[in-house]
Amino acid sequence: MSRIEVTSGMFSQVERKPSLKAPIVMSFVAIVSLVFFGILGPTSVVHFQITEANALVSIPDLNLPSNSLGIWASVVLLLLTAASFWFGIARKFVPRVLVIVFGLTAIVALLGWIAAGADVPVGFLLGNTLVLALPIILGGMGGIMSERVGVVNIAIEGQLLTGAFVASVVGSITNNLWVGLIAAMIAAALLSTVLASLAIKYLVDQIIIGVLLNVLVIGVTNFLYSQVISQDNANLNFPGTFDRIPIPLLSQLPVIGDAFFNQGATVYLTFLLVPALWFILFRTKLGLRARAVGEHPLAADTVGINVAKTRFWWVTLGGAVAGLGGAAITIGNVGAFGREMTGGQGFIALAVVILGRWQPIYVSISALLFGFAIILRIWANQINPVIPVDFITMVPYLVTLIAVAGFAGRVRGPAASGKPYEKN
Amino acid sequence: MNNKKEVAVDAEQSTANQVLREILTGSPVRTLLSILVGFLVGAIFMVAFNPEVLNAMSYIFGRPADAFAAMGKTISDGYGALFRGAIYNTQASDFATAIRPITETLRFAAPMIMAGLGIGLGFRVGLFNIGAVGQMAFALIGVTYVSTRIELPFIIHSLVAIIVAVVFAGAWGGIVGYLKAKTGAHEVIVTIMLNYVALNLFTFFLRTPGLLLEEGGAGTPKSDPPAETAALPNLFTDEYRLHWGLVLAVAATFFYWWLMERSTIGYRFRMVGFNSSAAKASGIRVERTFVWAMAASAAFAGLAAANQGLTSVGGVTPSIHANIGFDAITVALLGGSRAGGIFLAGLLFGAFKAGGPAMQVVGVAPEILNVVQALIVMFIAAPPLIRALFRLPQPPKRKPISEWVAAKFSKPANKKVAK
Repeated sequence: MSRIEVTSGMFSQVERKPSLKAPIVMSFVAIVSLVFFGILGPTSVVHFQITEANALVSIPDLNLPSNSLGIWASVVLLLLTAASFWFGIARKFVPRVLVIVFGLTAIVALLGWIAAGADVPVGFLLGNTLVLALPIILGGMGGIMSERVGVVNIAIEGQLLTGAFVASVVGSITNNLWVGLIAAMIAAALLSTVLASLAIKYLVDQIIIGVLLNVLVIGVTNFLYSQVISQDNANLNFPGTFDRIPIPLLSQLPVIGDAFFNQGATVYLTFLLVPALWFILFRTKLGLRARAVGEHPLAADTVGINVAKTRFWWVTLGGAVAGLGGAAITIGNVGAFGREMTGGQGFIALAVVILGRWQPIYVSISALLFGFAIILRIWANQINPVIPVDFITMVPYLVTLIAVAGFAGRVRGPAASGKPYEKN
Repeated sequence: MNNKKEVAVDAEQSTANQVLREILTGSPVRTLLSILVGFLVGAIFMVAFNPEVLNAMSYIFGRPADAFAAMGKTISDGYGALFRGAIYNTQASDFATAIRPITETLRFAAPMIMAGLGIGLGFRVGLFNIGAVGQMAFALIGVTYVSTRIELPFIIHSLVAIIVAVVFAGAWGGIVGYLKAKTGAHEVIVTIMLNYVALNLFTFFLRTPGLLLEEGGAGTPKSDPPAETAALPNLFTDEYRLHWGLVLAVAATFFYWWLMERSTIGYRFRMVGFNSSAAKASGIRVERTFVWAMAASAAFAGLAAANQGLTSVGGVTPSIHANIGFDAITVALLGGSRAGGIFLAGLLFGAFKAGGPAMQVVGVAPEILNVVQALIVMFIAAPPLIRALFRLPQPPKRKPISEWVAAKFSKPANKKVAK
């Protein structure tokens, strides 16, 4: 079942076939987990706080010695590794569900090891993971929308920053968060039109223009912040945040209820948007056309699809989605805008798009990994972890590197991504 | 059929190359116009968000002169301060103080030139190195270790630190080239990820006692200041903070010129950047060239790291890289990836950094200069934009080589037929 794919796009691989790379990486992780978290792990008890106060069904909290948790988790990891070897030897791709379960188990083992002798507030970690991942998820959706039609969007960072800035300022001036939200989306979409027109009409190198747009947005927001906003923070940069709205029944589910279904408007919008984007991309004519433009613009052109127009609108709307992600940082989470507050999340979104293989659902899951890494760093700082926080922070970047380098399975993007299309 | 396909590929490559070539070989006129437009748009920003101007605008129909006077004053104040802060201080009491700003400009320009040369080298080979920040961070681990933990005599100490910086950065960059050559991973993504890895690693080293943390320090990641034998000495008297980093930058510029325009390696680099398939066909090992080019590109960033690490006042902190790695991208683009161009572009953006504080004093947020910087390079990178704005002529379109060959060699035949 070897697949030979044309190499041409920005992220394409020359040839991809089922290999033993993924199982080898997995067995390495499983052995590390068994040795360090299990056999050499600390014996002190770790306490998983699972049940929230208002949950419908209460599940008893989990109390386990850290090392026995490590051993049990490692056994599961080894079983999953064995299964993936079976797939590899049978020349089949390892199912993604298996990889995801593997990742979750490894995270539980890691948590148990870090928090030996302390509490693990599961609900707190999950809820913050989601909220912190939101800009990365939405930035990733923006990235998917433009890369699926063949335009590489390095400017996600700038779009997030624009969204964060405009949402806070407009929200403060009008005293209406919804107006701020819509303004953020429009502003980021307008920024995207610059990328779209320069890339599509003037055939400027897409990566260069993206980098420059980021510099431009950082400059403009910093300038406006120092020159105007910081003079009158109370009226210009004090928007407040969306209220938490508990969804009946769902919010009372054990473990995930409070974390996922007692959140603000930006979270629920994302819950709607991600599946909607998946549906449009893979189940409608509109999505098929978009993907055709990104894979083979000449063929799409031949059957009568307007390549330039399709690209322009998808990139612009992608900007609007990324703008929503920016709004999620300010009015969805912390409130006021701060200088360069996106801090590279747009670049992470770019990586997440690849990690999630240009598929909305997988991209969201990858983004959650990064959100988890952020809250893990904050939380681990408070409980004196066994390993330095800097290394915990590094993990998602290393995971992305491994994935991009093709060790964890197929990575193949839209074939025409990054290439301008000139009609002859 | 086969033949047709080849021609199509050829044509496609030539358009892509043409776009890149246009960016890289911009005419001086277009560059100057881009700088002019950048400053103009910056002026519009300054005027639009100045409280005095906004105040005068409120009665513009009553006394329009006031509004225009306020606008003029804002612009001349802002750019006047930039001039005084970056080139020549007209308000200084004596000449020695008056020329201090230009030495500051040179001091800020030096690391940007060095890192810019690295990015430019990447562009010439067709590689986009966004990883200068990470390469500098990784090099700084080595530089800081050598300059604070090892004892060596004067001059030799500095030289060893600089060499360590180049080797460390080169190795970090080489990883990118290796991954690209072996797995096809795109260098943009790899460098972004390696930036974060290197920055975290650097912070870890600075935070950990016994590694790079300062004597008696705890909590905040910060090293000791570099040993006196290692620190780059000042070029002139202590009145000026300009140091030997500038000499390093000048030397790096000459070396870059020789490497890219005169040496065999540089010829190979350029050939791969021009057309990697043709380079491969003529026997150049493209994959290996990627690794070396990425390492060389990063090595120049390593020089910038040495410049930063060996001149830090009071010790190295995680923010020592000062975003030079990102500024260097704009430097390389404005400089057209040529040695001389990068040097001049580095001077311009160095002036922006030196002049910022003076603008702050007259009430103009210096961040406006980042906007100007981005706009200048955007106009450079988008030739059709500036051409449309000033109605410059369209450059002659380059034809695929096959057409050129056909035209060249079929002519005599045609003539014969005509006779």
